[in-house]
Amino acid sequence: MKDGLVLILGATSAIAEATARLYAKDGASLALVGRDPSRLAAVAADLRARGAAQVETHEADLAARPAPARDLADWVAGRPAQAILLLYGTLGDQARAETDIDYAREVLAVNFVSAAEWCLVAAGLLEAQGSGALVVVGSVAGDRGRQSNYVYGAAKAGLGVLVQGLAHRLSLRRSGARAVLVKPGFVDTPMTDHLPKGGPLWSKPETVAEAVRAAASSGGPVRYAPGWWRLVMLAIRLAPASMFHRRPL
Amino acid sequence: MTSWGRVACEAQAVARPRWPDELADLVHGKAAAGEAGLLAAGLGRSYGDSGLNPGGGLIAMGRLDRIHAFDPMIGVLRADAGLSLDTLMQVAVPHGWFPAVVPGTRFVTLGGAIANDVHGKNHHRAGTFGRHVRRLGLLRSDGTTYELTPDDSSGLFAATVGGLGLTGVIAWAEVQLTRVRGAYLDAEDLAFHRLDDFFALVAESDRTYAHTVAWIDCTASGSALGRGIFSRANPADDNRFTPAPRSKISLPVDLPPGLLNSLTLRAFNGAYFALKSQRRGARHTHYAPFFFPLDAIGQWNRLYGRRGFYQYQCVVPPSVAREAVAELLLQIVRSGQGSFLAVLKTFGALKSPGLLSFPAEGTTLALDFRNAGACTLALMERLDRIVAEAGGRLYPAKDGRIGAAMFAAGYPRLGEFVRHRDPGLSSAFWRRVAP
Repeated sequence: MKDGLVLILGATSAIAEATARLYAKDGASLALVGRDPSRLAAVAADLRARGAAQVETHEADLAARPAPARDLADWVAGRPAQAILLLYGTLGDQARAETDIDYAREVLAVNFVSAAEWCLVAAGLLEAQGSGALVVVGSVAGDRGRQSNYVYGAAKAGLGVLVQGLAHRLSLRRSGARAVLVKPGFVDTPMTDHLPKGGPLWSKPETVAEAVRAAASSGGPVRYAPGWWRLVMLAIRLAPASMFHRRPL
Repeated sequence: MTSWGRVACEAQAVARPRWPDELADLVHGKAAAGEAGLLAAGLGRSYGDSGLNPGGGLIAMGRLDRIHAFDPMIGVLRADAGLSLDTLMQVAVPHGWFPAVVPGTRFVTLGGAIANDVHGKNHHRAGTFGRHVRRLGLLRSDGTTYELTPDDSSGLFAATVGGLGLTGVIAWAEVQLTRVRGAYLDAEDLAFHRLDDFFALVAESDRTYAHTVAWIDCTASGSALGRGIFSRANPADDNRFTPAPRSKISLPVDLPPGLLNSLTLRAFNGAYFALKSQRRGARHTHYAPFFFPLDAIGQWNRLYGRRGFYQYQCVVPPSVAREAVAELLLQIVRSGQGSFLAVLKTFGALKSPGLLSFPAEGTTLALDFRNAGACTLALMERLDRIVAEAGGRLYPAKDGRIGAAMFAAGYPRLGEFVRHRDPGLSSAFWRRVAP
């Protein structure tokens, strides 16, 4: 379905905004969900100027909603949806998460528990509709546990398995709907501003946005962004622990 | 952090706000941040050090690039200062609107275009970019926020346009675009064999052509001194509204510095003149190659090697333009330095709105010099003397070396400007030329 609604969960993230601009340029209708109403309004005005047919905003803290099924139905409001994009997450502070267990629970809850609930509800909606794509942002950090970010990585790995399972289910039942996990590598967004940047491993949010957009229209259940991360992560997964564990990755 | 000329290159703290409230938090209350303070930075196309702030902080504005409103009925667009003219055109051209003024690259921000009060090939018709700004939002380090219009009686608007980012941080701006009937131009190239012919072509063309500019062979001497190719164009009634495609070609590495020497420059300039003279005549062209020829190659500044280059742009008043330009060219030819892209253009009489706006009625010459050390600086000092004697001035966006005296001599309203400067903001350029 090319003309339906695009619903973006976590619409003020840098990757979400870059993705929304691609849809806006093609004249799509968008529903944006995020926490900060003034930021949502700024994004919405920009998308209208860039060509979106219609943009509406919904203020919600996605990590803390008691009834996701009802919310999602309200936001879609019976309209055909071409894509539901889940594009939020928090990197968290790994060192703090190792000792502050309440904080670790929060990182896991935002990146996995809440995201998994939205995915289950969204997949149900698309399956019932018989079309459309659920695209979820994962991370290469979920491919192998590393000492520098394994709490975040574990949440993204869990989310990855969930989306993989949804993709299997939707495909097996020939529902017409799809689910895709997009795994970016290092992306130059505010979430990573505390890290040293530059060099060939870093991508712009616009590059990931292209991958999200492409994933929504075709392709397999896992898409790396950019695509060469698939090879890099294959090598990293295959590296023996005896070698891997000697490096502060 | 490096400027486009890559001679000036300094370490500094960089903040990259994404939201207006983050920008306001950064700027407000920075009055006591030390002598170096802050400076807003756009896409880094200033050649010298006016966009750098070593020892202080930079605010990278690129993530603040949201359009607030665009009315395709009247061609008014309001956006964050970090919006690039490239994106602006992607949005506006399909609706039949174009920036009233564009500089030689489309990779500049709205804020940068205002802070440098940039000009284009249509200066004789449209004046500077600042003339088309209807309104702007300015954040000052004392915690105040202003919404300024051209009729502002305090003088802060006039100080901010062309004010090099020193009167506050421009948060957003509203500009009036100009109607176009397509993305194409009808252009014509004419060869001229001496400088007098350039001035004759200007006199003949400025009333009938919206855009005029000349490429000058800055290696030709003797009777060929000041020969070049004059280009003039009018918007075409074409009805194809395709914006410029993104460039795919980029210079991946620095070229070896010895590649551009007096021999290769002479060969290039001679060959270019011969080729263009043969191909002179009318052409139908998209706006991108006409207005932004260098944007076709990403990171073209690497042509000049690791040591970078200086750009030199001056304007001299009409009464002495002929003699002064001839003298400048003579000095450049004799030095054997110079570039493959030297540009000559006549500014019209339309007044620039800024206290420190560069464009003034007269003739402007712009060219690159590879940084060859002391001999390059000595040449530019000889050029400075000619410009000063002619009553001209240099363009801050291109400068990385002149002193306070040369700057003050070229900008008689500097004293007025200083009263509007925000003490929490500064730049390497400003610390060099401040009175």
